[in-house]
Amino acid sequence: MSAAMSLNIAKEVSAVVSSAMASGGSPALLLIRRVDAPFAAALRQRFRVLDFFASGERLPAFLAAAAAAPDPPRALVIGGVAGVPVDTAFLDAVPSLGCVVSTAAGVDYIDLHECERRGVVVANSGSVYSADVADHAVGLLIDVLRRVSAAERFVRRGLWPVQGGYPLGSKLGGKRVGIIGLGNIGSFIAKRLEAFGCVISYNSRKPKDSFSYKYYPSVHDLAAESDVLVVACALNKETRHIVNKDVLEALGKDGIIINIGRGANIDEAELVKALKEGRIAGAGLDVFENEPKVPAELLTMENVVLTPHIAVLTSESRSDVRDHTIGNLDAFFSGKPLLTPALP
Amino acid sequence: MASAAAATATASGEPPSLPTLLLIRRVDASFAAALRERFSVLDFFASGEPLPAFLAAAGVAPDPPRAAIVMGGGPVRVDAAFLDAVPSLRCIVSTAAGVDHIDLHECARRGVAVANSGRVYSADVADHAVGLLIDVLRRVSAAERFVRRGLWPVQGDYPLGSKLGGKRVGIIGLGNIGSLIAKRLEAFGCVISYNSRKSKDSVSYRYIPNVYDLASESDVLVVACALNKETRHIVNKDVLEALGKDGVIINIGRGANIDEVELIRALKEGRIAGAGLDVFENESEVPTELFSMDNVVMTPHVAVCTSESRSDLRDHTIGNLEAFFSGKPLLTPVLL
Repeated sequence: MSAAMSLNIAKEVSAVVSSAMASGGSPALLLIRRVDAPFAAALRQRFRVLDFFASGERLPAFLAAAAAAPDPPRALVIGGVAGVPVDTAFLDAVPSLGCVVSTAAGVDYIDLHECERRGVVVANSGSVYSADVADHAVGLLIDVLRRVSAAERFVRRGLWPVQGGYPLGSKLGGKRVGIIGLGNIGSFIAKRLEAFGCVISYNSRKPKDSFSYKYYPSVHDLAAESDVLVVACALNKETRHIVNKDVLEALGKDGIIINIGRGANIDEAELVKALKEGRIAGAGLDVFENEPKVPAELLTMENVVLTPHIAVLTSESRSDVRDHTIGNLDAFFSGKPLLTPALP
Repeated sequence: MASAAAATATASGEPPSLPTLLLIRRVDASFAAALRERFSVLDFFASGEPLPAFLAAAGVAPDPPRAAIVMGGGPVRVDAAFLDAVPSLRCIVSTAAGVDHIDLHECARRGVAVANSGRVYSADVADHAVGLLIDVLRRVSAAERFVRRGLWPVQGDYPLGSKLGGKRVGIIGLGNIGSLIAKRLEAFGCVISYNSRKSKDSVSYRYIPNVYDLASESDVLVVACALNKETRHIVNKDVLEALGKDGVIINIGRGANIDEVELIRALKEGRIAGAGLDVFENESEVPTELFSMDNVVMTPHVAVCTSESRSDLRDHTIGNLEAFFSGKPLLTPVLL
């Protein structure tokens, strides 16, 4: 190692030590997410981690203890775990919080208005997951149209030699695909499906001039002009049950629906009814209203494809989200703007 | 159509009879109707006879068939014996994408023209290949089984899959199908290389002259080539070794493009990471060792099976037959 390098390292170390001494050690960080070993190690290098799942305590007690500590946490890393909303009660419990970093793709479990009111900045996962979710959406679409998983079941049950031919699927090329929500994920889905010869239209809060796809101000009209409807929007007040009975009627008996947004984007009871009655042709679903419960009627249908909320789950995105989360935390603690702020 | 019928009109001025056509393929009602409008159809599967007897009878009929529609694969081989039995045949129209069941040399020797299904199936096969690839990398069907067995509430999390973006995909055979696969996978951020008999200057993908090297530089190997003498077991034990323990193989060519026994062994021993297979060496038999593997996706040779391609195939097949009977060049001739 050169003398110049060792001098730089010595300077860095002394800067860290002096800031640590000034704050009495590393800054405290609330962690409400199960993380793998590399993620845990990376956090512990930088922060004094208050780990909810490791504590074994109940949430109210855990938060109260964190808030009462001499150096209460200014930042929270949370992963959208069911049952832990970041709402008024949560923020009241830990008033020291100035930053919430969500590792989930969605932020529907965070009260963005309440955070803004209190000056708590919120970071989302940006486009870390977007490609993986888009890939999974396309995988579900091909699977439903071409009956991949159903054909797989047929083979695994030993039916090929016995029953011979398998029912025909449906070609992707020329299919009119309506995407609800043309954010990162929606636009990645569009780009992939264009390569298969699909024709893309979309609905969004406002039209996006940077894209040449046809814009429909109403989801009903989008559905009426689509062979495939893809739900790729966030979940919020406006988008809860955005796909309702009316939209399913408009989609029609040859239409299929793909959901990689949130279960509650679709009226699940109406969806199940429409599938049972053949009023739509099929569905590919990665999300459900009451995960991990999947409506029993779906489990015996051959024209649906069901996956257990895995659209983000690749080993590559695991390391990407770790780096991205730490990037947002570093920005906050050094007084810089968040990399990927989530605004109400 | 009228001229073809007129060509077979009898001297006495009776209404012209339709040209005779051998049909050695199961067809749906609309295809059958379209054929009967234009031809006098000798239908093998409807006859219930064994193939040799059926062919012999057709060969000695008063107006023996000059053309035949032949299914791909199955028990039918268009070889010397077949052509000897029906010497009137001048044209074979295969409804398959592949023509490995037709002795092209024997046909050429006898001046029998051969047509295949051209690009009718190419997009559907390419779509299915990509579907298999996503399914293997992202574990779609395995996750489906997990949900249908009711394991989600019980076992919680599901194993991680693997991202498509950045994966190096090696395509064996860059014909119609291979290039459509390449175009689709580029949209996912995959990096494409290929092997072919010769490099294709019109594409910007990297050409690798031998399959072994292609496999060692690939995360995913896609078999999209025809089956012939050179490509039988083109994916052999060496190529699987080169692909390696994190590698995945997708086959939408012919089962015999891969040494199936070696493939099963490599999967059992974890020497490759997974496979997506639409074709097998002895269809409809699938090696039972595969049924217990979660990292394998198997479909029953359905890559061409969409309702859209069914009607496209009907139109395309009739197009080739009409070209032949009116003395025009075939739409999609297969040359040696």
